[in-house]
Amino acid sequence: MTLAATDLLLEATGVSKTYGAVVALKAASLAVRPGEVHALMGANGAGKSTLVKILTGAVRPDSGTIAVRGRPRIVHSPGEARRGGLVSVYQEPALIPDLDIRSNLRLTETPIEPFRHWLRELGVDDLDLLSTARHVPLASLRIIDLARALAIEPDVLMLDEMTAALPANLTERVLEVIGRLRGGDRSVIFISHRLIEIGAVCDRATVLREGETVGVVDVDEGSEERIVELMLGDIVKGLPGRDGRRATGGARATAAKPRLTARNLASGTKLQDVSFDLAPGEVLGVVALEGQGQDELFDVLAGSERASSGELLVDGSPVSFHHPADAIRAGLVFVAADRAEALLMQRSVRENIALPYTARIRSWGPIDLRGEGRTVDAAVATLQIDARAGREVRRLSGGNQQKVTIARWVAGGVKTLLCFDPTRGIDIRTKQQIYVLLRELAEAGAAVLLYTSDLKEIPLVCDRAIVIFGGRVVSEIDAASADETALLRAAYNLRSDALMPEDVAAEAVAGAVGAEVAGPLPDESPASGQPASER
Amino acid sequence: MTETVRTERAGARWLTVAAWRGLFRDRPIIPLLGLLGVLMVVSELVRPGIVSTQWLGAMVRGAVPLAILAGCQTLAMITGGIDLSVGAVASMSGFVVATFVSSPGGWPVGLAVALVAAILAGLVTGIGVGVFRVHPLIMTLGMSFVVLGLANVWQLVKVQAGGGVPPELRWLGSASVAEIVPYSLLVFVPVAVLILLILRRTGYGRLLYAIGDNPIAARLSGARAWQVLITLYVLSAVLAAIAGFVLTGLTNVASVTLADSAVLPSVAAAVIGGTSIMGGRGGYGGTMVGALILTVISSLLSSLGYPEAVRQVLFGAIIVAVAAAYTRVTAEA
Repeated sequence: MTLAATDLLLEATGVSKTYGAVVALKAASLAVRPGEVHALMGANGAGKSTLVKILTGAVRPDSGTIAVRGRPRIVHSPGEARRGGLVSVYQEPALIPDLDIRSNLRLTETPIEPFRHWLRELGVDDLDLLSTARHVPLASLRIIDLARALAIEPDVLMLDEMTAALPANLTERVLEVIGRLRGGDRSVIFISHRLIEIGAVCDRATVLREGETVGVVDVDEGSEERIVELMLGDIVKGLPGRDGRRATGGARATAAKPRLTARNLASGTKLQDVSFDLAPGEVLGVVALEGQGQDELFDVLAGSERASSGELLVDGSPVSFHHPADAIRAGLVFVAADRAEALLMQRSVRENIALPYTARIRSWGPIDLRGEGRTVDAAVATLQIDARAGREVRRLSGGNQQKVTIARWVAGGVKTLLCFDPTRGIDIRTKQQIYVLLRELAEAGAAVLLYTSDLKEIPLVCDRAIVIFGGRVVSEIDAASADETALLRAAYNLRSDALMPEDVAAEAVAGAVGAEVAGPLPDESPASGQPASER
Repeated sequence: MTETVRTERAGARWLTVAAWRGLFRDRPIIPLLGLLGVLMVVSELVRPGIVSTQWLGAMVRGAVPLAILAGCQTLAMITGGIDLSVGAVASMSGFVVATFVSSPGGWPVGLAVALVAAILAGLVTGIGVGVFRVHPLIMTLGMSFVVLGLANVWQLVKVQAGGGVPPELRWLGSASVAEIVPYSLLVFVPVAVLILLILRRTGYGRLLYAIGDNPIAARLSGARAWQVLITLYVLSAVLAAIAGFVLTGLTNVASVTLADSAVLPSVAAAVIGGTSIMGGRGGYGGTMVGALILTVISSLLSSLGYPEAVRQVLFGAIIVAVAAAYTRVTAEA
């Protein structure tokens, strides 16, 4: 099927953009037909986000043309792009935290009724438009962003890692709604690192590599392989499978004395009662739906918050953390999911990695620049960080930024690593590097606690996994033998033999949106005594 | 262990970077030196023959107290703060020294008393900002009133004792070697080297940037911000006191409001020098040039013979224009 140029809804050709010495886009092109859901794929740093920002007018390209319905168009600002029918939803919520939802909608001149309609379509019926954005859970904000974009009926809707921070149930709902947009005269540009999602909703995929469009693929059976091949270029490799190492690692883990022991930890309203042992040489997974208390658990372990009750032992002796510095001294280091929380965006890679070594008052004096340089270079090499734009971390791609947050702790040798969703929104290659690194750290004797929102990672990386539901550990799973379905069931706190009916899932969706915790699951959940709404 | 001169690793890179916008952002000192050169040319055109070694010496001498005060702002602004109490602390310090001239012990005792008073003021400011989380703008503004009030009380106590600017301070502030190289460089060079070393070579300097860039990240990495901030505001107050001594010597005036008019120029010098008022970026090199630029502008306006009011309007407008132009040039593309 050949289409004349004018049949395309959106066409971008020869788009390039450089930031100083860093080439973000070399020769990107993108052609979107009316009525299709078009995937934009590429490893981190391939230029996806830059391209979207150029299409929405947030960034000016150095060269290239953009045509909408055959007419060339120069977009100067996101507002202009919006009026021209190009709207994007970014990875982070674009709502003003101190305004209520209604005022936020008014700011963007979003019609309320269509907004409500899309909210219902997305499975959210009970949102109070008068609640302040700050107090609405993250997952709901994502949904609000999407509904807001849908409500103004854009010609081209761009979703940049929209599903990255969503729990599985909401992701499904979002994909369903996107799927229903197919076949009209509007289009969706969909960016996601999850190939399953691409296969589920997309018609075609444009693949970027190092700032260039390297191929356009029709999405069907078996196209996933092709996409991955294009994305990775020469370095095609499968994900690290389960291999012999794992068994030995696990065996050693069970034999050793625990590095970290949590006994009946509780904090705030979310974290009720969590106990576990974490041994050196072991990667312990944490499986949980959004908002089951895992955030609070990691805050307590990292010393950011104090437990209201319970006991924490490091190498057998009780500890009490008043400040992250206490946790760090006890060897517990924390890799946050939110890179904006962990990085000094305006500072160099070197300063970011070296930050923990200058934090304590006794290291306020002169820096041993050579020694520091060696340590940092070694960490950069270990994590294969592309530090060409290393003068300011904010100029790095998301995956490289995430590697910097890990490098900071790996640089000085790590005893206990607490990773909170370290692979959120980063590309397959970087993910793989992080998996391998976590395994290597464990081999070298580190104890790793890993929460991930991507359940596929549990069997890949972990030895064991604990399941947290309603702030309590409800089960422990041997990670190697668990598949995604089993893990998801466990996360929902369903018995393995019970069915997972659609309506229960839907209710969970509503519950999660309304109350930041998955709502009570009828008949299934002993922990359903928690309040359905916290506000 | 750090005796080897560190060649800036990125030093070679900027020569190859085509985009001078990037150059401006990374090396703000280069366009600033250009601006300084332009201002000197303009001065020469307006008053032919004015630019001479003596004139340069006078500019440096005039810029020293401002540059030290701007150092206080640079340090504070890097953490995302600001120190508006430097004017009051500087004035108080110079004034206290002057009141001790005819007391037993003379001016050295006055110097010690002034420094202790400044340290106490900085300590209170630091505790307010670091421990009680009062916004630095409010805390330091409040502190400037407290210091001014206390200086006034001191004035009443010492009113009969009499005093005057000690000749040693006059020598330090206003004399020059061969009428060219000001003696105040004896104070300024160590101060400037100290600030530059702190910012570039010490763990403490790294933490100033870290706290200004992202306090959450700094905390998660184990930094305790209150320790950093208390030290910062004490250091800032000590620097302000030193600036006060030099300024008192330079103007031969001891007054409790002597340095008040230097507060906003000190902020402006840091901003023009490329230190972000939002924290996390900047340095002292640009600030020093910024202070020199403001001094030259001020002298240029004086030489034009406009009335004081017009000079003030122009001075304010130029500061705003330079800061605005600078922000545009160095903004992210």
